[in-house]
Amino acid sequence: MEGLAQDILNGLLLGGLYAIVAIGLSTIFGIVRLVNLAHGDLMILAAYLSLFMAAALGISPLLTLVAIIPIMFAIGYILQRFLLNRVLGEEMEPPLLVAFGVSIILQNFMLMTFTPDARSLMSDLSLMTFALGGNLSVPVLYLIDFCIASAVIVGQHYFLQYTYMGRGIRAASDDKYAAKLMGVNTQNTYAVAMGIAIMTAGVAGVLVGMTFTFYPHSGPQYLIIAFGVVVIGGLGSMKGTFFGGLILALAQILGARVFGPGYQLLCGYVVLLIVLAIRPQGILGRG
Amino acid sequence: MQDNSALNVNGINVFYDDFHALWDISLEVGQGEIVSIIGSNGSGKSTLLNAIAGQLIPRTGVISYFGETISGLPPHETVARGMALVPEGRRVFPRLTVFENLFMGSYPSKARKNREHSLKNIYELFPRLEERQNQMADTLSGGEQQMLAIGRALMSEPKVLLCDEISLGLAPIVIKGIYQKIKHINELGLTIILVEQDITRSLKAADRAYILLEGKVVLAGKPSILTEERVKKAYFGI
Repeated sequence: MEGLAQDILNGLLLGGLYAIVAIGLSTIFGIVRLVNLAHGDLMILAAYLSLFMAAALGISPLLTLVAIIPIMFAIGYILQRFLLNRVLGEEMEPPLLVAFGVSIILQNFMLMTFTPDARSLMSDLSLMTFALGGNLSVPVLYLIDFCIASAVIVGQHYFLQYTYMGRGIRAASDDKYAAKLMGVNTQNTYAVAMGIAIMTAGVAGVLVGMTFTFYPHSGPQYLIIAFGVVVIGGLGSMKGTFFGGLILALAQILGARVFGPGYQLLCGYVVLLIVLAIRPQGILGRG
Repeated sequence: MQDNSALNVNGINVFYDDFHALWDISLEVGQGEIVSIIGSNGSGKSTLLNAIAGQLIPRTGVISYFGETISGLPPHETVARGMALVPEGRRVFPRLTVFENLFMGSYPSKARKNREHSLKNIYELFPRLEERQNQMADTLSGGEQQMLAIGRALMSEPKVLLCDEISLGLAPIVIKGIYQKIKHINELGLTIILVEQDITRSLKAADRAYILLEGKVVLAGKPSILTEERVKKAYFGI
């Protein structure tokens, strides 16, 4: 059983990263009923922005978050306010198609601007580990991913749960007409919700970029991870998203251990199918 | 126009695309009055309330509120000025708690400052809501949801309260209780507009009434001169 504990530890830490990859997708679906197919591409855009900022200023990619967070919020806000709000209605297809279009535009924009080369956000954290005793050691980068992801998810939870704007967002998602009667400007509320979702995608993009390599076409790969996490955890549930991330990451890493690295992705999806078969609304989803 | 009028609707026409829903409706509501708007299904009562609250924009005509023109303003502007609508079918936020529903009522920035005070008053008015403050709103009974919808509207500290079919689907004893509360709220100084299908009950509660038929005002006046027979004739258009 050499290294099993290490794999479980890595899986849990990676799970935090998966959760933050998914949280924005889950939130915006729960609130606006919109499947944001551009979620992954916006993540990768943030990773490129961070790459160039870090290179230009000679700072750690982590520090670029100070600028990435407001920039991504603004992108999300503008995207919703001036584009997606126009196609929101009874039907789910128009916003889906617009998001798909945004995804294609972003991928090709990044391909043109940043070239198809593999990139990663290098920092001195990349190779650091610290020993826990026994044969266990913690990769510092994974730990940072986990901590930042958890902080963002908890922060978002408190924002949605306890502030006027957060409650307004939830109210608008429950009953748009009644929320308007309360004085909620729903156009603005949806835009803020998307701003927050894309902000979390931005943080996720920087963390992913620091942890793995990325290309202009990496977005859909993370979109699929996000879908997996959301399906396992249950749509619209923040706790569910967090546990969904842990389960998907553990399934992948333990699957790779048992069946070999080639089966890593497959094992994740098998677990996904099992959850779908037994509990289609997700582990913590509403029935 | 009287000096003390709270709300003045002047010849509004409202359309749903090509459908002409309200025809030249004019009405006036004095400060502190309870005014009933009575009509059958489809007579345009709810349309009228939604136009007053800013959910619908009249194609022609003017709505003024304490002398200020408000037609064309979005709902978040009208509620900020002190007009609150208790919508038909209650429309409480099902996945928010009772407390959060009331909290949402104080969303306009002016109302936020007095939130604790308003909340205390509403819990005094409807003690049941305080007992259930941490329950999800969709676990409440119909009568409790109606109390919540009224309480939520009151949280915005309105001067004018618009009530759309607050007796719909409730047991007579519950309706009686709700109407007593409406009377009480009116005595505290709020102007109230009641929209109802139930002729007897709304005539009894009102200072004045308007009867709508197919989007037009067909009869108006004090309940004392509006005999049930005249109202029924107007109501059914016979």
